[in-house]
Amino acid sequence: MFIPISNNNPRPLYEQISEGIKTKILRGELMPGDALPSIRQLAQDLKTSVITTKRAYFELEQQKLIVMRPGKGSFVADYDVDEITSLSLRKIQQQMREIVDEAKRTGVLREDLENIFYKILEEEYCGR
Amino acid sequence: MEDNILEIINLNKNYDKFKLCDINITLPRGYIMGFVGANGAGKTTTIKLIMNMIRRDSGKINVIGKDNIKYEIPIKNKTGYVGEQPVFYDDLTVGWTANFAGKFYSDWDGAAFNELLTRFGVDKTKKIKQLSKGMRMKTALAIALSHRPEFLILDEPTSGLDPVIRDELLDILMEFIQDERHGVFFSSHITSDIEKIADYVTLIDNGKIIFSEEKDKILNDWKLVKGDINKSDDYRDDLVGLKVSKTGFSGIVKDIDAFKACHDMSLLTIDKISLDDVLLHLAKKENQK
Repeated sequence: MFIPISNNNPRPLYEQISEGIKTKILRGELMPGDALPSIRQLAQDLKTSVITTKRAYFELEQQKLIVMRPGKGSFVADYDVDEITSLSLRKIQQQMREIVDEAKRTGVLREDLENIFYKILEEEYCGR
Repeated sequence: MEDNILEIINLNKNYDKFKLCDINITLPRGYIMGFVGANGAGKTTTIKLIMNMIRRDSGKINVIGKDNIKYEIPIKNKTGYVGEQPVFYDDLTVGWTANFAGKFYSDWDGAAFNELLTRFGVDKTKKIKQLSKGMRMKTALAIALSHRPEFLILDEPTSGLDPVIRDELLDILMEFIQDERHGVFFSSHITSDIEKIADYVTLIDNGKIIFSEEKDKILNDWKLVKGDINKSDDYRDDLVGLKVSKTGFSGIVKDIDAFKACHDMSLLTIDKISLDDVLLHLAKKENQK
């Protein structure tokens, strides 16, 4: 299982791993019931510490995307698509609020903020 | 939490000019601990005390749940040790050396040893003195792994080795730890090796433990703060190990939020920290005392 992780990425390693697996699950590359590599195996593959991969799996379990069965391993959960979507929408909403707060605090105009937003949308969604 | 593979409690050792002071270290089974510190900080002394190669003055050491002196023989039967400079007879072959070492262990597995040698690319018929430094380390490691140990103690296994061999060694350690009843304790001053695979990091300086924590926690909590030279005095009290160069300064903080609350951050850069940064700045702080 290839998970892109980078030392140059400012996000903590465990988050990069959990996000990487999450993306695979949401894209359907990993299906409910599929077995995930063991925490130790993944740590060896990615050359990270066991605690890091463990934490990544705990994150995913909390998001109800995987289930960890002691002694058996970890599996992709029978997750509720709506719940996952609403969770990530809530997270996005919160992040946007932070951005707007930051903009207000530093005196960025609403118009400029909108322009930035549309420009990013244009770049990211263009051609998809 | 009684299932610790290594437990060191209030360990003390006094020499004329150096002392180990109240060392406390706990390593649960299933994990790797990196033991870092400058040369002469007390790493080898601590490891020798764990192996009962020198006498402790006070304190307690449990290895695999048992007192390391009272149960020395059963513990050593289950412990693989690679010292800083493996002591072998130069004029004898790798095969002879392994045969000799194997006699000390009840669970010696000659077939496993041969397999490891093939994998490491070490020629069994070569004399020890014909081996390169890397090959010597690999031989020592193969011997340490061939009596089915639960616990590996390595003293500076990667120093003086090239990046390829160091990477192979890390691989072997990761493989060893696939069994969650195993544990690894290794000292090194090559922090990048520890940064990669260690679950816990213990930093020792001048005979004292500075911290012994989860690596991720250390790397997350501590931040590197950099700024312009002429402001450095404003931060002197709140930054650890302030380093001042001709153009700027840098220091580290453990609680960045508290730091942010009392300083104007607009002139400062905050950076992710590496284990190297922690070592450099903490060691510097110790020198200033």
